[in-house]
Amino acid sequence: MLLHAPPVSPPPTSDKRWKIVETVMRRNDFQPEALIETLHSVQQSFGYLDEPSMRWVAGSLHVPLSKVFAVATFYHFFSLKPQGHHTCVVCLGTACYIKGGRKLLEEVERHYRLSEGKTTSDGELSLMVARCIGACGLAPTAVLDGQVNGKRSPAELVSAIDKMLEGKVQP
Amino acid sequence: MKPEELELMAEAARKQDGKYTNHICVCMESGCMSSQSDVLMAQIQEQIKQQGCADSVQVKPVGCLGLCCNGPLVRADDRLYQNVQASDAAAIVASLKGQPVTHRLCDTGQPFFTRQKLIVREHSGRIDPENIVDCIGHDAYRSLLKVLTGMSPQQVVGEISNSGLRGRGGAGFPTGLKWATVAKAGGTPKYVICNGDEGDPGAFMDRSVMEGDPHRVLEGMAIAAYAVGAEHGVIYVRAEYPLAVKRLTKAINQARRHDLLGHEIFGTKFNFNIEVRLGAGAFVCGEETALIASVEGNRGVPRPRPPYPANKGLHGCPTLINNVETFGNIPAIIDRGAAWFASIGTEKSKGTKVFALTGKIKNSGLIEVPMGITLREIIFDIGGGIPDGKAFKAVQTGGPSGGCIPESHLDQPVDYESLMQLGSIMGSGGMIVMDETSNMVDVARFFMEFCMTESCGKCVPCRVGTYEMHELLNRICEGVGTQDDLHLLRELCEMVKQTSLCGLGQSAPNPVLSTLRFFENEYRDLIEAAQKRRERDEQVANEKHVSLEVLP
Repeated sequence: MLLHAPPVSPPPTSDKRWKIVETVMRRNDFQPEALIETLHSVQQSFGYLDEPSMRWVAGSLHVPLSKVFAVATFYHFFSLKPQGHHTCVVCLGTACYIKGGRKLLEEVERHYRLSEGKTTSDGELSLMVARCIGACGLAPTAVLDGQVNGKRSPAELVSAIDKMLEGKVQP
Repeated sequence: MKPEELELMAEAARKQDGKYTNHICVCMESGCMSSQSDVLMAQIQEQIKQQGCADSVQVKPVGCLGLCCNGPLVRADDRLYQNVQASDAAAIVASLKGQPVTHRLCDTGQPFFTRQKLIVREHSGRIDPENIVDCIGHDAYRSLLKVLTGMSPQQVVGEISNSGLRGRGGAGFPTGLKWATVAKAGGTPKYVICNGDEGDPGAFMDRSVMEGDPHRVLEGMAIAAYAVGAEHGVIYVRAEYPLAVKRLTKAINQARRHDLLGHEIFGTKFNFNIEVRLGAGAFVCGEETALIASVEGNRGVPRPRPPYPANKGLHGCPTLINNVETFGNIPAIIDRGAAWFASIGTEKSKGTKVFALTGKIKNSGLIEVPMGITLREIIFDIGGGIPDGKAFKAVQTGGPSGGCIPESHLDQPVDYESLMQLGSIMGSGGMIVMDETSNMVDVARFFMEFCMTESCGKCVPCRVGTYEMHELLNRICEGVGTQDDLHLLRELCEMVKQTSLCGLGQSAPNPVLSTLRFFENEYRDLIEAAQKRRERDEQVANEKHVSLEVLP
């Protein structure tokens, strides 16, 4: 198999997290095929994909920047904007929708004056929508900072978010 | 690992289990873990220490126990407990030698459990998915050994063909035929891909198989690779399933360490390796050519077929793509034989199907039922019917590519052909029940919105067609629709179905067509109400107009 050259340029900053990204690329022999894996590791390390990171990945994997941007914008999982300190993902899969997932979303939007895909002005809370998190037996669900909250009423969800924002452990 | 070592290891694992008189299994899947079943398990372990029975009681983290809506679920010997809290740990441990904890007891004699037939999920809920030794103790890799040491690749393909197994991803293509095509295809290397991109909203069967019994999937893939002559395997999993990714990766590493993957498996000439690839949230990647594009690191965009992936797939090489559940059936077919498998199910649909039963239903969770069971049995016996005294309205199968089936057709058997006749599809196995409070036009709009946002944009009929259909459904739902809108909607459905490039577009109109077929009155009611409102507004406007005219 063709061995690809290691990155030609140093990482955008001296941040140690770039090492993680580089390890992922190295494990895949810097093959262009590893683009999605690499973007996953950038997003996991930094929370989102910005232009310098995409430029560096493009150079290191020897793929055009246009392709990196195309892939990053094609898949819903990648975010080009920084997320808030805390995240709330409301599931709108079919089971959650039938059981009132939209009501959860509307209540969170109303209560925090947020809209889907946006972050509060203080950068504390981001609101997102998921297509299905696969916890349909617990519908309607929302994911708060990675923790699945099932069978919540709109009011219960808001109080769980408040607790999360105050930094208390979730119930 | 040498062939004889597998049986020795299995024997040792069973002996180890036999040392304990009592066994407590705690569900450790995404569903129950979201209700802190990990904390619960730690609590149970603590209680075992405190009550001084660490030598006689075994605690095991296991895969899905089925009744997800009542999680966390715990099985203590033959008793199943539901909605278990950490505070119940002491009582459960104490109950092992006496009376059960009645207020948490779940009746395992109810149809939800007795009407199921387990093949793919036979070990889920019994084995620790992160412990290969425990899995081997439950016969993991035994079928692989049987195949490698006693069957030719042609015999394996023949066995799968004879079993009548059909693809569990939705379309139901005969698995044996697919394997035979890849086996015959010229060119090397060949690849085996496991499709774990379960994008269908409301479905979580594959997640459960990957989380609850990952070695079964690896074994199925290895058998397939032997049959078609492949040495490389890829499992493509949604990034939304981090636990499945973690367990698969761990399972692969363990299998490699025990030489069950890698070079010269069981001392034969067969080499096979598997790697995990992450999806990144695109429904269209469930389509096989789009999935291949995504595995290659590109935008997940489908391409016209032929050439089929069986001839030109990953990196232009012959590629076998099967769904997680399809691979999950393979070890059982090899172990018990094609005739046994073919004896289950209907004439054209053999075996069992795993469904994720959710929505407005009493018992929601995962079920595995023999093909040919009726929808009524699934919903009213196994599912326990509709909660809160509401009336049943429809059941949705096949997700955004399927349709809604009304009460009058509930006695149809569940198999590929019957569901197709009803304008729906088997799909990957999502089954969402709706009661009288659901508006079917709104449901159709929900699915169309899904298809509109998930359309990859490559072909015009799907990209523009789904957008226009969504607009029309929006107008009807919001009470401004007309008869002409309905007419246009029907025309567009037909057009998009006939002319789209891939399965996403070709099946996107299904939810609309099936609701139009069975619930046309709901569309008409909305349109007639809109018509009346318009007439009234016009009348009011006319009256105003007249009064304006008399003024100079």
